[in-house]
Amino acid sequence: MMFESSMLAPALPEIALACAIMALMMVGVFSPAKAALGRVSFLSVIALVGTGILIAVVGGDYRLALGDLFVVDSFAFFMKLLVIIAALLALVMSDGYIRREGMSRFEYPVLLCFATLGMLLMISANDLMSLYIGLELQSLSLYVVAAFQRDQLRSTEAGLKYFVLGALSSGLLLYGCSLIYGFAGTTSFDGLATQLAAVDQAPTGLIVGLVFLSAGLAFKISAVPFHMWTPDVYEGAPTPVTAFFAVAPKIAAMALILRVMLGPFGELIDEWRQIIWLISVASMILGALAAIAQTNIKRLMAYSSIGHVGYALMGLAAGTEAGAGGVMLYMAIYLVMNVGTFACILSMKVKDRMVENISDLAGLSKTRPGMALALMLFMFSMAGIPPLAGFFGKFFVFAAAIEAGLIYLAVIGALASVVSAFYYLRIIKVMYFDEGEEVLDPVEGRSMKAIMLVTSIAILVFILAPQTIADYTAHAATALFSG
Amino acid sequence: MSQTTMPLLSLTTFLPLVGALFLMVSRGQSEAETARNARYVALFTSLFVFLLSLLILANFDGSSAEFQLVEYQPWLESVGISYKMGVDGISVWFVLLSTLLTPICILASWNAIQTRVREYMIAFLVLETMMVGMFCALDMLLFYIFFEGVLLPMFLIIGVWGGARRIYAAFKFFLYTLLGSILMLVALIAMYYFAGGTTDIPTLMATNFPEDMQKLIWLAFFASFAVKVPMWPVHTWLPDAHVEAPTAGSVILAGVLLKMGGYGFLRFSIPMMPLASADFAWIVFALSCVAVVYTSLVALVQEDMKKLIAYSSIAHMGFVTAAIFSVNETAIAGSIIQMLSHGLVSGALFLCVGVVYDRLHTREIARYGGLASNMPRYALVFMLFTMASVGLPGTSGFVGEFLILYGAFEHNTWVAAFLATGMILGAAYMLYLYRRVIFGELTKGDVKAMMDMSPREIAIFAPLIILTIWMGVYPSTFIDPIEASVINLVQNYDAAIAAARDSASALAGNQ
Repeated sequence: MMFESSMLAPALPEIALACAIMALMMVGVFSPAKAALGRVSFLSVIALVGTGILIAVVGGDYRLALGDLFVVDSFAFFMKLLVIIAALLALVMSDGYIRREGMSRFEYPVLLCFATLGMLLMISANDLMSLYIGLELQSLSLYVVAAFQRDQLRSTEAGLKYFVLGALSSGLLLYGCSLIYGFAGTTSFDGLATQLAAVDQAPTGLIVGLVFLSAGLAFKISAVPFHMWTPDVYEGAPTPVTAFFAVAPKIAAMALILRVMLGPFGELIDEWRQIIWLISVASMILGALAAIAQTNIKRLMAYSSIGHVGYALMGLAAGTEAGAGGVMLYMAIYLVMNVGTFACILSMKVKDRMVENISDLAGLSKTRPGMALALMLFMFSMAGIPPLAGFFGKFFVFAAAIEAGLIYLAVIGALASVVSAFYYLRIIKVMYFDEGEEVLDPVEGRSMKAIMLVTSIAILVFILAPQTIADYTAHAATALFSG
Repeated sequence: MSQTTMPLLSLTTFLPLVGALFLMVSRGQSEAETARNARYVALFTSLFVFLLSLLILANFDGSSAEFQLVEYQPWLESVGISYKMGVDGISVWFVLLSTLLTPICILASWNAIQTRVREYMIAFLVLETMMVGMFCALDMLLFYIFFEGVLLPMFLIIGVWGGARRIYAAFKFFLYTLLGSILMLVALIAMYYFAGGTTDIPTLMATNFPEDMQKLIWLAFFASFAVKVPMWPVHTWLPDAHVEAPTAGSVILAGVLLKMGGYGFLRFSIPMMPLASADFAWIVFALSCVAVVYTSLVALVQEDMKKLIAYSSIAHMGFVTAAIFSVNETAIAGSIIQMLSHGLVSGALFLCVGVVYDRLHTREIARYGGLASNMPRYALVFMLFTMASVGLPGTSGFVGEFLILYGAFEHNTWVAAFLATGMILGAAYMLYLYRRVIFGELTKGDVKAMMDMSPREIAIFAPLIILTIWMGVYPSTFIDPIEASVINLVQNYDAAIAAARDSASALAGNQ
């Protein structure tokens, strides 16, 4: 290929996306006010698709770029594709909503693209500096979109809350980075790995730094005890933004935490495993228990996502290739389930007014049987009931944890998943067993129907060929350990 | 060993799913037409599946203890998990029981279910796939998937078409069972790693797990199967689920779903964890004896017909679990026959309740009485199954219970004594039920107006009557195909125990 010799080549998708976003802003500014959103939305979809194609072209071979700040490998390749898919679907799903609810400003797609760019950088970060830059680019864009419904109190409050807590966590993370730099004298992941491999006992200051770093990252994946913002932000933010929050940033942050923990700090596994173990257990339990009492479906999804992060972290706690592969598979399945569920949530309208209480779904199986069936599949899948895809996600992380000897973690996870099954079943109960008063509007737009259909079929037929993805994730996971 | 080129087991397993898919995409002109089409499609699919399963029986060689009609397909190859199906003497009858009861259930729901008929039929067909697949699976993860997959349609059947407290019952059923089986999943993964990364059931049967590990795994599997059987004290979901489920749901629950627990003990606990099974047999015996006596007493005071039969199911399954852990040929053959017989008889009893429930819409025993005079055919059918449940010689119930008592007596006299008490109590509550419903004065106006059984209802009962008597009069038909597998199971178990004892005494000798 023509760029192969260049130091920039592996970062080409990110560079192209950055340029495209600049151009999009210009297009937005110079378009007539009415046409701006439509044009920019359309072009940003194209930009994201193009970035996806470029990612595929760059491929998954191990390569460094930008003065070793940036790494491409099969792990990055897989996670980036997930992020791009999640961002694309979120963008497509928000179309109807932002027009209806007075959010029709062209900055929305632009900000989503900026956030996506940040996520791609996070996934490819090979240095504490590029880690921080990617993370902040993502976070700052997300703070703004959370408050995008600026004349609504809930949305602005969500944005502000997210910003204040997010800034705090960024501070923690930065403090951790500086401690690590102070004690190791390098910010490069490869440098850290070589240093830590050379010493018997890592300096205490470095471990303190690692703890701060983990806390900052745990905030981004909304793991307990850094989860407090999640329910409020999920509930307050406009629903399509919540749909975006629930998937893409989680995948990117999970990729980051995997790379950081298993790459440079892989030698310190005995130190950080206890932290991850505790975070994982706490997230699973809180996610299971706190969701029971929720009446708002977005809040419920927030707690559900906390629980899912707990399960995914089980694979990280295992600290093995099987574990990392399990997390990747889990996140891929998580993406499909969540996108599908949010497609359903975004279709919850009564007489053109959005509703978000679980009770509004009552009797859905009679009035909108297709949507009810899809949502039922997503709920059963999230509960991890075979033969649906969610079961396989859980199976692989459980298997990794048990292989690594973390039997208690697996048993606690198993028990938590029974508790969480209760609230997933409750949604099914409301849809199938209860009688409804109000009738939801029909699902609007072809793209929304298509997303529901494709995701639910994917959940259903995953069992036919689990091998295809499981093989790839298992292979990609090795990339994390080769460095 | 006979071979067919057709993947018979997979066809039998997945054909109902094809019917369900067909129903899902088809739509009639009106709701009535959709419902009628759904009934016919489901009925013909399930009848065809039953015929296919007869082919399985025809191709099954009862003289061999091997797994037969084995199908193998790589599936999750890189982690050593494959799609593998096969039947042996232990599972083959359960496959037939499932395929027989499904069309009967669909016929029994013909008029009883009037709302969302299409969805109901889809749920039943999916359920059939899960049940058949579970009995055929020769890979443990595959088994687990089918085992858990049963929950989905059953949850909906109870929750959507059930009685007044259906939501409570559906949740209780689902969560109880899930709690048990998810612990089994953890144990399953542990076994998978110990056996070197395989979930192949025949390989796992040949693996010698260390005794300490066996104990933990055994307990985890026990949690799952004991809930499913159900054994006292984790039986409380069963009366609720039975009472609230629609008639056909109860039939499947009692007929097949409870057998999944017993089958699990026979397929996993005894052959894979023989040492733990021997160590923990006393737990099973104690719980079974309590179950047999206690639930029989509880059944005696029930006011609700379905609840009474539900409690009798727990008692009868107590016989089965006690027999399984006696581990001798007679007892294990008896336990399988008893499970088959119970599947037919309790299924039929629930159908009997359904017959009168469809007419009067109450299950309260006191609301009936004197049915002998205006429903003579019903009285006859009900009597036959009451007697079969009691264990009258000449009916299937006798064969199973006799073999179990004989086998249990060989192993442990006290257990046999408690089980015999249960038989007496069983006669008491069943005959008491029969007297209250069928005999006495026919005084109540609405009961007087009840019509006798229709031809459709007779058609439902006919196969069950024939099989119950057949199994009672000439049980060899049913025992012969299972004998080789049962002998093999018991021999392997005895060998494992003997080997453990030898190594223990060798160890003692060295010291």
